[in-house]
Formats: sequence, C-alpha cells, structure tokens
Amino acid sequence: MPRVATSASARDRWGTVGARIGIIRRNYKVVPGLYAVGSPDPQSPVLVTANYKLSFDALRHRLNGIDAWLLVVDTRGINVWCAAGKGTFSTDEVLRCVGDARLDELVSHRELILPQLAATGVSALAVKKGCGFRVFFGPVRAADLPAFLRSGKQGDEAMRTVTFTLGERAVLIPVELFLLAKPLLVILFLGFLVSGIGPSIFSPTAALHRGLVLLAATGGGIVGGAVLTPLLLPWLPGRQFWGKGVLTGLAVALLAWLLAAPRLGAAEQTSLLLWTAAVSSYLAMNFTGATPFTSPSGVEYEMRRGLPAQIGAACLALGLWLTAPFL
Amino acid sequence: MRGYRYIDKITTLRVDRQRCVGCGNCTVVCPHRIFSLAAGELAINDPDLCMECGACARNCPVEAIAVSPGVGCAMAILTGWVNRLLGRKVLSGCC
Repeated sequence: MPRVATSASARDRWGTVGARIGIIRRNYKVVPGLYAVGSPDPQSPVLVTANYKLSFDALRHRLNGIDAWLLVVDTRGINVWCAAGKGTFSTDEVLRCVGDARLDELVSHRELILPQLAATGVSALAVKKGCGFRVFFGPVRAADLPAFLRSGKQGDEAMRTVTFTLGERAVLIPVELFLLAKPLLVILFLGFLVSGIGPSIFSPTAALHRGLVLLAATGGGIVGGAVLTPLLLPWLPGRQFWGKGVLTGLAVALLAWLLAAPRLGAAEQTSLLLWTAAVSSYLAMNFTGATPFTSPSGVEYEMRRGLPAQIGAACLALGLWLTAPFL
Repeated sequence: MRGYRYIDKITTLRVDRQRCVGCGNCTVVCPHRIFSLAAGELAINDPDLCMECGACARNCPVEAIAVSPGVGCAMAILTGWVNRLLGRKVLSGCC
C-alpha cells in the first residue's frame, strides 16, 4: 500500500495542464485503493476521494504535515462531483472499496471523511448500515481540509459553499476549445463547400476566400460563446445562457463589422452577424454543463427557447450566404 | 452562491414537512446552502438556487425530500433528446 507525496512534482503539474487543456483528460487516473500520506496509524483519519488524478492530486497536495489514509474509489477516472451525479461515486462503490481495503482491520476508529460533493451519490446512512463506518462530509475544497480536521470535523458555511469565481471559470475555457477542434474542422470543410456555390456553379477561389471569412465569423462566435461568456458570466444580463451568448456574439460581430464591413455586401454582412450570434449562443448554452449552479430543469427550459432561435438564425445565415453571390 | 441566479420557479425540489425529523443532513450537504434548521423546523431559504444535484434527497433518512436529479448540461440533455428521437444511442456525450 503506497505512500504518496503531498508536494506537487513537475509531472503532476504538467499532467494538470494536460488535463485542463483536454489532451489527457479522459485517461488521467490513479489505481483505486488505499494510499497513505505522512505516517498514518490506526487512529489517523480516512479521507475518501475519486480516482481521477486531478481529484487525487487536489487532495494530497493540501495535506502537507498531515498523517492520513487516502481511500481512492473507482469512479472510472471521473472527478468527485460528476461521478457522484453519474452514480459511480456511490454508496455501493464506497462499501466495496472499504471492504476491499479491509479498512476495519486497518483503523481502530469507524469514521470516513468524504468530500461534501460526494453527497449527491453517497448516502451516509446507507454506508453506516453497510459497513459500520460513519460518514462525515468534509469541505467542498480540499484546501479547507486541514482546518476542517483541526476544528474537530466541523465545517463552516464558507467551507460548505460552492463558488464560481473568475479564476474557476477561466480554467474551464481551454478544454471547451479543445473539444471544438473536431467540429470546427467539419464546419470549415462544409463552409468551404457552401462558400464556393455561385453563378459559375462552383468556384474554388470563392470557396477559399468566402470560406475563410466564414471561418473568421465562426471563430468570432467561439470567442463570444466559449471565452467571453465564461469570463463575463455573472455580469452578462439575462438568466438564460443562450441569451448571454447572443449578446457576446453580437458584440464580437459588431467589432468585426467595424473593422471589415465595407468589403462585404449587405446580405453577407447580415449572414455573418446571424452566424456569429448563433454559434456564440449555442456555445454559451453548452457552458451550462460546466457550471456548478445550473439545474437540469432550468437548462431544459432554456434549450426549448434557445435551440429554435439558434437553428433559425443559422438557417437564415446559410440562406443569405448561399444567395449572396447571385445578388 | 452570490450573483449566480438561474431560472426562477422551475426547481423540482419538494419537501414533505410531515416526514421531516429535523436531523439537519440536508443543511450539511447542500452545495448552495438553501436549507436551514431553526428550532427543529426546516426552512428552504431560496428554492430558486437549487440546482437539483440530489444530495439532500440522497441523505434524508426519512425520504422527506424529493427532487428529480440530473445533469444541468445542455449537451447531456441534447444527447438524450437525439438518442430518444432516433430510438437508439447515436450520440454518447462528452463525459
């Protein structure tokens, strides 16, 4: 049973960067089971976490000077809260892990400390009934664990409240952009095809020139929906994310219009404006999945309004883009 | 969570006060602190802040809380709709 460090290595830091960008996000795991930090004895606390390495590192890097057992649950490499919501960080999984690790032979106490966000998937009562260990829900953030442990496992309101600061929002942007790479290639290809259609049936020059303009507008939509919306989230008016995306999309489109409009006809300008707004709106709506406060009922509510608007605007944009060469 | 209000009057959160025994589990686990206990009486401070994560319902010992939990993610919901429309699992989602 391995003893792990509480200080971050260069490998850990690069791994974090890779996971945050998205390159190694899907396969960034640690082997589930029991680990030690410091020199734990049978009285040391048992801290439970998920087997996503970012979660594991987030926990152990905050435990400097602390002796504890780390019980890593098999969440298929998914972080605590998502796994709890999906049902992989579950009561049954915890019971299985406690049994496999033979925890009752290892520690003299009968207490487990779980992250508060695991409560979505783990019933403290059911765990107690299943293995005799009492679950304490610790703080939301591992950084508050030392204080939590010192205060006799009492969490205060601040420790138990989820936040969504600018920094926490900004760190989500790279992976959203990474996930757009493939769809963007598809749009690029289709964009070139669609842009070449004109009076001469198909013109490769038009395909290239107009296709690049379309790509720029798509890029503008991406900036609006996947960069500006996350960054400016609490300050953008309106509750529905698709609406916030329309605003940022229009802002980007306006900037582009001021810089490049004279070179395009009215039909094309309108088309690009609609397209930028539609892309931005869709991506902003997508950001709901990365926030810690949107409810599924709320997201469904806004999707029923946002999707038709986005589809409508995109179709109109496509229609105008196709007819423009004929005008 | 200050400054982050979403859609009002849409949460599926329901508390059966007759069943509530005032254990306080929900007040511990809620990530947005919408519950409070005063003299054994449960109060929902701000139901519009509920994100339907289900932690409260999961940890209520007397099943006094009901909520339809799910993922507040447009992509997840869209995937569900498309798969249901086509009758089979075409899209697999991103997580």
